[in-house]
Amino acid sequence: MTFNAKSMTENQVLTADAIYQLLAEVKDPEIPVISIQDLGVLQQVKIHENSVHVGIIPTYSGCPAMHAIKTDIKAALLAHADYYGIDRVVVELLDKPVWTTDMITDKGKAAMLAYGIAPPLNAGEQSINCPQCGSDNTQCISEFGSTACKALYRCNRCLEPFDYFKCHA
Amino acid sequence: MATQINNKALHTYLLRLADSSLTMGQRLAEWCGHGPYLEEDVALTNVSLDLIGHAQIFYQLAVALSDDSQTADDLAFLRDSHEYRNPIITELPKGDFAYTTLKQYFIDVFSVQLYQALSKSSYEPLSLAAQKALMEVKYHLKRSEAWVERLSLSTDEAKVRMQKALNDLWFYTPELFETDAALNELIEQGVIADLLALKTKWNEQVKTLLQRCQLEIPESGWVATGGLAGEHSEHLGYMLAEMQFLQRAYPGCEW
Ligand SMILES: [Zn+2]
Repeated sequence: MTFNAKSMTENQVLTADAIYQLLAEVKDPEIPVISIQDLGVLQQVKIHENSVHVGIIPTYSGCPAMHAIKTDIKAALLAHADYYGIDRVVVELLDKPVWTTDMITDKGKAAMLAYGIAPPLNAGEQSINCPQCGSDNTQCISEFGSTACKALYRCNRCLEPFDYFKCHA
Repeated sequence: MATQINNKALHTYLLRLADSSLTMGQRLAEWCGHGPYLEEDVALTNVSLDLIGHAQIFYQLAVALSDDSQTADDLAFLRDSHEYRNPIITELPKGDFAYTTLKQYFIDVFSVQLYQALSKSSYEPLSLAAQKALMEVKYHLKRSEAWVERLSLSTDEAKVRMQKALNDLWFYTPELFETDAALNELIEQGVIADLLALKTKWNEQVKTLLQRCQLEIPESGWVATGGLAGEHSEHLGYMLAEMQFLQRAYPGCEW
């Protein structure tokens, strides 16, 4: 095993990049495979000496997950407080930009699909495909699903019900 | 900006927006466990959650404008009915499903048109809040409009109930567009939407659907008014008694 002094010192420097890396572990509490960064919720990281300011934007206005996300961000950063010399973490809810589903990254959409949730359609796309069998023969059961961001669909080919992450733009 | 915004008037208007969303949200929440079937139960409470979220945003904007130390929660849970500024239609009891549906449709059309206009507000925090709320109320409107049509053109009983709901609700709608001298000043400054122009637009859109649904608009009735001045129906007092009970009994309680 070799000891790499250079990377060791670099790691300890408190930079925005390092914070983004730590925050990659913070997932949406309701879709635990997609990070808050890939969801478009994480907008800003600022460092003032030893305190870290994280700016996030809400998805749906009444989304109760925002409280959990705030707590999770603090926990994720404070777990490494000693290593990076972090004194204070402030999580702020920003009023802009206004969140839309266009802010969800391709990586995020792929993770959603693998998890069994049909991701929001891109502009120009027409059919909502079954995340299980890929069929485009699907039907909306209810425009409102288990959470504010999802609608309930059913596949007419494999007959499985599934969630569709609504387009919100 | 050429003219100074009247903060007190804007504060009152933000309370009107917030109080409207909160009372609507609270009424819809009463459907939890009582929806006609599971998916609709979930839909009603989803819409409720969005509306309570809008209330929270507008209360926060009001807090930011104010010099006193009231929080958004204080505004929601510690004001009495005469301090609420919502129009009376939003505090009316939930009634049956036809009544809730038609009431929601009237408010949804209004909210979509209102937030479209407020998205262009010269007061940026209000413009941003309206842009966010707009995406959600558009979705609500799709649902309530489809239900109005579906119920009105279905069984005899559904038709009778829809017509009765229309008779009961129609004369509560003009109050949505009511203004006073302070609001007119904000309208002239481009801070809030031109409610008179919205009234024309709203009537066009709503009457088109009602006609398609073969529903008849009642000719005369008592026209509701008073919310803007804090004068409410008896229903608001009962609603607040239930909604505010916990904070009144256990001040500052959190969970
Ligand atoms: Zn399938």
